[in-house]
Amino acid sequence: MWDTAFFALELTISGLLVGLMYSLVALGFVLIYKASGVFNFAQGDMTFLAALGLAALSVKLPLWVGVIIIIGVMVALAMAIERIVLKPLVARPPLVLFMATIGIAFFLQGLAQGVWGTQPRGLNLGVADETYEIAGIFVSSLDILGAIVAGVLVVVLVWFFQKTKTGRALRAVSDDHEAALSVGIPLRKAWGITWAIAGIVAIVAGALWGTRVGVQASLALLALKALPVLILGGIDSIPGAIIGGLIIGATENLAEGLLGPMVGGGIKNFFPYLLALIVLGVRPYGLFGREIIERV
Amino acid sequence: MFYRETGVFKTTYATDMELFPLPLDKIGFAVCILFAFLIVPFFASHYLLVSIFIPFLVFSLAALGLNILTGYAGQLSLGHAGFMAVGAYATVVMYNRYDVPLPLALLGAGAITAVVGSTFGLPSLRIKGFYLAVSTLAAQLIIEWVITHVKWISGGVYSTVDIRALEFMGWKIDTAPEKYYVALVIVVVMALFAKNLMRSRIGRAWMSIRDMDVASEIIGISQFKYKVLAFAVSSFYAGVAGGLVVAVYYGSANIEEFHLMLSFEILGMVIIGGMGSILGSFLGAAFMTLLPIFIDLSISSISHNIVDLSKVFTPDLMANAKNMIFGALIIFFLAVEPLGLARLWNTIKDYLRLWPFPY
Repeated sequence: MWDTAFFALELTISGLLVGLMYSLVALGFVLIYKASGVFNFAQGDMTFLAALGLAALSVKLPLWVGVIIIIGVMVALAMAIERIVLKPLVARPPLVLFMATIGIAFFLQGLAQGVWGTQPRGLNLGVADETYEIAGIFVSSLDILGAIVAGVLVVVLVWFFQKTKTGRALRAVSDDHEAALSVGIPLRKAWGITWAIAGIVAIVAGALWGTRVGVQASLALLALKALPVLILGGIDSIPGAIIGGLIIGATENLAEGLLGPMVGGGIKNFFPYLLALIVLGVRPYGLFGREIIERV
Repeated sequence: MFYRETGVFKTTYATDMELFPLPLDKIGFAVCILFAFLIVPFFASHYLLVSIFIPFLVFSLAALGLNILTGYAGQLSLGHAGFMAVGAYATVVMYNRYDVPLPLALLGAGAITAVVGSTFGLPSLRIKGFYLAVSTLAAQLIIEWVITHVKWISGGVYSTVDIRALEFMGWKIDTAPEKYYVALVIVVVMALFAKNLMRSRIGRAWMSIRDMDVASEIIGISQFKYKVLAFAVSSFYAGVAGGLVVAVYYGSANIEEFHLMLSFEILGMVIIGGMGSILGSFLGAAFMTLLPIFIDLSISSISHNIVDLSKVFTPDLMANAKNMIFGALIIFFLAVEPLGLARLWNTIKDYLRLWPFPY
């Protein structure tokens, strides 16, 4: 009995730490949704692109040079997406924009592997992957780093959206494109800024995940882990992304560890979705999402 | 001049409501059908039949199913490959294990998939848009897991099941033209059914939900009934398409064939072909079947004839080029031609209507 309880505690803690990493990817989705009303399916592929680029550059260059170059790449990418994809789609239904980001996802995955090759790569941030034992529970130093980074990022972003002029403008754009335009907010500039920020979040997530599991195409599938986090927390809530990530990380680990052996394993893949679906049945806009009232 | 709409005098409501009101359309359709039934199987090579025409028919059916759901009823689904997998394994289990005749096995597969699909469609009553898209992703992942982990369905870890020799009432279906006929008959019947369905009360209800669901509910259209029905019909088509993949295309059910990427490819077919168009489903499927072949041929002909590019165009890059072109095309069609290739066909008709006069 005590063994099981301890095992469950261990699973919960390692799950919470992994969950924070999911939150990092989910954060990219939330940012773009909050600021432009676009559900960006390509966030996972942006993460992959950033991680692969960083891994490829860090072979020859010092890490900080690689980081600067990748930041440049992501900003350029944000501007290109704004100009080529979003500009012609202004004022079209949100689902059309969503499908366009599926197109972007395919394109970026092809681009990343076309430029930097398809073989898996390792990424070293210069942080030793040590395992600490705290009260009998093992915690990896990378996990702790990820948790700290995620925490700092969230504080900065919440401050940015709530307190700065740009942040408020971005929230206005998300509310209603046309209304924001009519009060003089430059819509396209706002979109460019948002995608650039999401690109930088993708670098952070990509760097941390790439160090953890190596950089390979399956990194793009991380987006599939972030999606249930999003709908659990609500797609327009930054705290929702963090708390959703923690819940998903902990419960999927518990489910895999405790229920998995009974049904043959592998339930980690879909358990988060099942949980999210159940929550949606009760709260259709997620735990922290804003309820949208429709009028005819 | 060539596409004539004049001189058609309708005197009854029945003629006004015909499937093809113009004689020219009727002739055009008849020519296409005759071509598909009488010319293709006798003059196409084995390669053409097996690697172009049969997959084209199978994926047309899958795209048609998703088009009913997305293009007509306005509900996005990212789990369509999962529904095809349900149909595929249902066909194999019924046909291999219980000796159900092939047509009944395909119909049964469609029915089972319809039940599964409408179960996953239930959330569409409360949630919509992105939330719904993500919840259909859940369908894909849950179905994949169930198929790989339940031994009764897939027979174990590798989850590949071959179908035994095809046979229907003593007639052995083993050559390519015979398999082509099986697919063709099913696709033609189901496409005509879909075309008719869209003119009926049900089709009109779906379109009103697509255009504005709150308003359609106010005028008395039951959201529950029609949204679940849309998922059921759409997954029925996906299930039969999955059954055909096993019966006439691959000859086996393999979970690897029905992964998430296929869901996106089918969505791509619908977008490129034209959302809310029966013809568009076929054009989109044709386009997506031919695209990889075209890319392969053009790159290899460039590298053989002009410059030796075999060092530049490694197999890795070729596979990625396909992804990039696919992604770019989705964006291109959404931005420039939201009605897809089907709109192109209407443009041609408009042009031929007046030719050779400018207006």
